[in-house]
Amino acid sequence: MTQLVAPVANSPAGGDKRRPPHGSSRRRMFMIALGFLAPALVFLGALVLYPIVYTVVRSFFSAGGGEFVGWDNYVTMFTNDSTFTAIRNNVLWVLVAPAACTILGLIFAVLLEKIKWATAFKLIIFMPMAISMLAAGVIFRGMFQENPNLGVVNAALVTVNSAFGQDAAYPGAAGRDGLGLVQDRGVIASESTVESGSEQNFPLVGIRVDSVPAAAAQAEPAVNARAGQLVGTVWLDVVRGGGGTSGQIDDGKTGLPGILVDAVAADGTIAASATTDAAGRYVIDGLAEGAYRVALPAANFDEGYQGVSWLSSTFITGVIILSYIWIWAGFSMVMISSGLSAIDRSLQEAARMDGANEWNVFTRITAPLLSPVLIVVFVTLIINVLKIFDLVYVIPPGSAKPAANVIAVEMWTVSFGGGNNQGLGSALAILLLILVLPSMIINIRRFREERQQ
Amino acid sequence: MSDLTIVRGKQTAAQKILAFFGKGFVNFLLVFVAIFWLVPSVGLFISSLRTVGDSASTGWWTVFTTPAQLTVDNYVNLLSNTAITGSFWNTIMIAVPTTVLVVVIGALAGYAFAWLQFPGRDWLLIVVIVLLAVPIQVALIPLARMFGALGIFGSVLSVILFHIAFGLPFAIFLLRNFFMQVPAELLEAARIDGASDWRIFVQVILPLGGPAIASLAIFQFLWTWNDMLVALIFTNSGSQPLTVAIQSQLRQFGSNIDVLSSGAFLSMIVPLIVFFAFQRYFVQALLAGSQK
Repeated sequence: MTQLVAPVANSPAGGDKRRPPHGSSRRRMFMIALGFLAPALVFLGALVLYPIVYTVVRSFFSAGGGEFVGWDNYVTMFTNDSTFTAIRNNVLWVLVAPAACTILGLIFAVLLEKIKWATAFKLIIFMPMAISMLAAGVIFRGMFQENPNLGVVNAALVTVNSAFGQDAAYPGAAGRDGLGLVQDRGVIASESTVESGSEQNFPLVGIRVDSVPAAAAQAEPAVNARAGQLVGTVWLDVVRGGGGTSGQIDDGKTGLPGILVDAVAADGTIAASATTDAAGRYVIDGLAEGAYRVALPAANFDEGYQGVSWLSSTFITGVIILSYIWIWAGFSMVMISSGLSAIDRSLQEAARMDGANEWNVFTRITAPLLSPVLIVVFVTLIINVLKIFDLVYVIPPGSAKPAANVIAVEMWTVSFGGGNNQGLGSALAILLLILVLPSMIINIRRFREERQQ
Repeated sequence: MSDLTIVRGKQTAAQKILAFFGKGFVNFLLVFVAIFWLVPSVGLFISSLRTVGDSASTGWWTVFTTPAQLTVDNYVNLLSNTAITGSFWNTIMIAVPTTVLVVVIGALAGYAFAWLQFPGRDWLLIVVIVLLAVPIQVALIPLARMFGALGIFGSVLSVILFHIAFGLPFAIFLLRNFFMQVPAELLEAARIDGASDWRIFVQVILPLGGPAIASLAIFQFLWTWNDMLVALIFTNSGSQPLTVAIQSQLRQFGSNIDVLSSGAFLSMIVPLIVFFAFQRYFVQALLAGSQK
């Protein structure tokens, strides 16, 4: 079990004062105490203390354990790519997650005091603490799926984006077969070159009706081209309800507005471009004499904004930290809120009477009085974050696992998950132990201070 | 005198106006936060009530427009899936004995630390406090080897032993702090009546320490129920608890969202019931370390 809360001793109560031990009763008392302590001592000795010693020794031996290798495992730890990524990610975790949880918890706890439904709010925020990190991991992995039809986060982003941005995208478009159009890597172009001063039409199919903008009008044939111009029409070569002739601009066929049309010179450079109007017509002007290919670049047919690849290497650690905050902000809120309720209100009232505003009351009076609780929460979260395992094991898909790695997961992978190197695994476990040492020392200090009061 | 009253009256009026807008905004903000916090769990729950086909093509939020897609099929399938029901049973077989033993052993030791005098008591207590923060990783490799040698590796028992050992420091520390708050006069009175330490423990400390023991029990139960790492290493396919059984489904996420979502929700049901029924005690266990 990990430490859940940094301990603070209670006031040293009665125990010390009673029954001054003298003479023969000392031995008897010792035996009684031993009787009460024996089961705990056996468990702690055999299953906690002995393993610590074993792991320290084991960390100086080779993968199989047969050979003494000195500090080699510790050197490997900082030079091996995957272990080093793990250590680096742990640093990121420690810098971000405890502070974020503590600050959020503090904000919630302070705001809570102003609402009538505080208990309900506390329950909602605190509830994730009760469920397993595995379940939380399954939840977040689902929420951050890339497909905006499935993952709620990308669905929200795409909705917001399409509400504000203009998408003139026609995903799935293709040129009508047999009408002199070719398609290559998303680009739709004329099969042969066209002399400037002539016309090139693009009858397209395969476009979903809902991606045709409302502004689109009946397709119109282009006006005759003058010298130095290339003209034409881009339209959806389908009559709704059937009918019409392929490649002909019939009544009921819609022009496709907003499509970029490039005139590509013989050397492959784009000589000039134009955009289609509501009737699907374009006019490329200012061309030198010569032959061009007319092309509709791939950007016209992109899917458009599809959200963010949350579960990719770039964002994965951020997503996992978010899931951690979802779970642990409640812990910090509950701790801080109970700390707040223990503060003497008269100080704050007095400051308000003296004309202090809420911000000053908070920074000058509330926060300093809360600082012991804030430290306990912060230290507890640091210890907890250092050992983070489940979320990092569960959330990333295989491809993003290396980028999301942390020490506890690396320790598991190296010793049990196929790495088969229990020497390096032991060294990683000892690294974790060393990393929590400062907080152990803080715990002992606090305990001693409380005793001496 | 009257001047002062007027000034005060003005202040309160101004404060009231400020407070009204402030409260409206705070309420709005916190409602927003609460919804935000609920979305993940609600999403999982709704997902667990949809068919594989629906889950593969549309998001769970579409149920708000087409509620007809809701079905309990996933749960029916889950309950006839012996791997899952078996692991549910294993979870109980791990969590219940662990909780009982941690409470019993922790209470015995907690009493000794709180009310008995013996040489080295303070040093031993410091050892317990140090062990509070020890990461379980330091014991995984040696205990896998030790349990292997004892022939219990892969069994429910090995997980129970592991959880007891690493649950004890917190249990001892928590119960010691609670037991120390029992009034000394009560113990003195019992002692004058000739009660032995055992009788004092059973008849005075345990009844008075009820809330503390409940807090610890709930905390330990949830902890053990939700553990994945220890079980991942120390159990096999026959003894694995729910968390391990569900994570093994993760490899093909999407194709088996039906098992994953309903399984994950099944694993949450017991902790959620325990949490909502006894959340006072759970919170108390969290607070116990820091505040009285």
